Amino acid sequence: MKNEVKIHEVDPSLNSRRSFLKLSGLTLATTGLILAGCSDNDNDNDMPDTSLPGIRNGVFDLGSGDFGVLTYAYALEQLEADFYTKVVNASSFNTVFSSLEREVLTDLYHHEVVHRDFFKAALTGALPDPSSQLLPSLAFNYGSLNFNSRTEVLATAKALEDTGVAAYNGAGKLIKTADYLLLAGKIVSVEARHAAAIRSLINPNSKDFAGDDIVNMSTGLDDAKDPSKILPIAAGFITTKFTAKYLP
Amino acid sequence: MNILKFIESFTDDNLMNSTGSRRDSFSQFGNIGKNLALASIPFGLSALTNKAFAKDITATPATPIGALQFALTLEYLENEFYAMALDSGVIPASENGGRDLKVFQQIAAHESDHVKFLIAGLGGSASANFVPKPTFDFTVGGAFNPFGDYPTFLALAQAFEDTGVRAYKGQAANLITTPDLLTAALQIHSVEARHASEVRRLRGLKGWISNSERGAGMPAATQAVYDGEGVTMQAGFNTATAFGAAAGSEAYDEPLTTQQVVDIANIFIV
Repeated sequence: MKNEVKIHEVDPSLNSRRSFLKLSGLTLATTGLILAGCSDNDNDNDMPDTSLPGIRNGVFDLGSGDFGVLTYAYALEQLEADFYTKVVNASSFNTVFSSLEREVLTDLYHHEVVHRDFFKAALTGALPDPSSQLLPSLAFNYGSLNFNSRTEVLATAKALEDTGVAAYNGAGKLIKTADYLLLAGKIVSVEARHAAAIRSLINPNSKDFAGDDIVNMSTGLDDAKDPSKILPIAAGFITTKFTAKYLP
Repeated sequence: MNILKFIESFTDDNLMNSTGSRRDSFSQFGNIGKNLALASIPFGLSALTNKAFAKDITATPATPIGALQFALTLEYLENEFYAMALDSGVIPASENGGRDLKVFQQIAAHESDHVKFLIAGLGGSASANFVPKPTFDFTVGGAFNPFGDYPTFLALAQAFEDTGVRAYKGQAANLITTPDLLTAALQIHSVEARHASEVRRLRGLKGWISNSERGAGMPAATQAVYDGEGVTMQAGFNTATAFGAAAGSEAYDEPLTTQQVVDIANIFIV
């Protein structure tokens, strides 16, 4: 039985968030994110346009609307890029992973760094005052995650990619500009391609590439989640404090 | 006839604009090998769309309903393709330890779900917005043998999935005013991308598209599915700078217009 070699993180009964938290070794209590609704002393008079990202009450807030969504995507792409940069630079990368796995992980490293740098450039060009409105480079902490463990790296990659797909799928409806929506669409399908590839590396002789744990069995629809559901997952790895008070 | 000369003539604009029926065009392939025929059938070329007796689909309006109708037609195509493949037994049950059969059973289940979901979304089969299933011919008048030749089936599966990803992407702007429909379309779109990735990997390719390459073993006929995928400029940012053009283009999938997809789909509609 193939199931005998499955690792606990890919148990289809676990959703990606549970796997994620298990792997990170961190709990939500350590999150640096303060989510919408957590604070009622908004400084709206000083910054009435909540669509723009920037410092509010001493903490960077992602804002809302198109800029808020793009900044949110930039934060997630920073996480993915940082993760794969650490994966491919880990001391045992060349011995722990097969050549096929190294090729996939190196491609993902390339793609995610390109995504991150794209959002940085695009936001820098589009924001009215990027010096105060561009999300800074975030800092990350992966807790006890062992980057020389094939099992842990692939399981974390799976959780990151599935989370990325659900994040983009959930955020699409928040985007009001067709050009931005198309750009997000160009990226999310690549994240879904990644997710399928990682899943089939973990469990090749299976339907896990689009498994019943992630694609609804009666509608055939992939996951979609609001930012308020995604950010606590990502926060397990992000140590830089920021808020997302104006995203759903 | 001189086969080489005939094939050469496919690059001649005059022939592509001629009004010969599709079946006439393909009948001329009758005596040549399957592989040669596969390599010579252009997807979506105008010579093939002037079919004398064909019931081609046409581009749907750029509206939310039109986008759903368009999506449903594509899902009809994929659903029937995989259902026929599973019925035919062309997918080897023992391939890769049973992997291929499990993969295509899962894909077939999703495409069936997508058809039902979209019909319901259009208000059911009695709705004025409902569009019926066209009649498909996946052999394209006998030129393809997808249900008797597994590599041909795999190649068409890859072409359909990669087309599906690009087709949904091209409809996003038509759904921007209807957030719920947009979300559902995105949720189907990413499933198609998962399918595309897995089918490509079953064929020994990367799960993503490098430049505008159709990939090893894909008939030249499928190039229309990949044209335009090699873009490396995204909103003024050069994605090739960091790791080269292949990686930069892989990081983004590009849309196809409604008409481009219609031209591809019509090859398989009689």
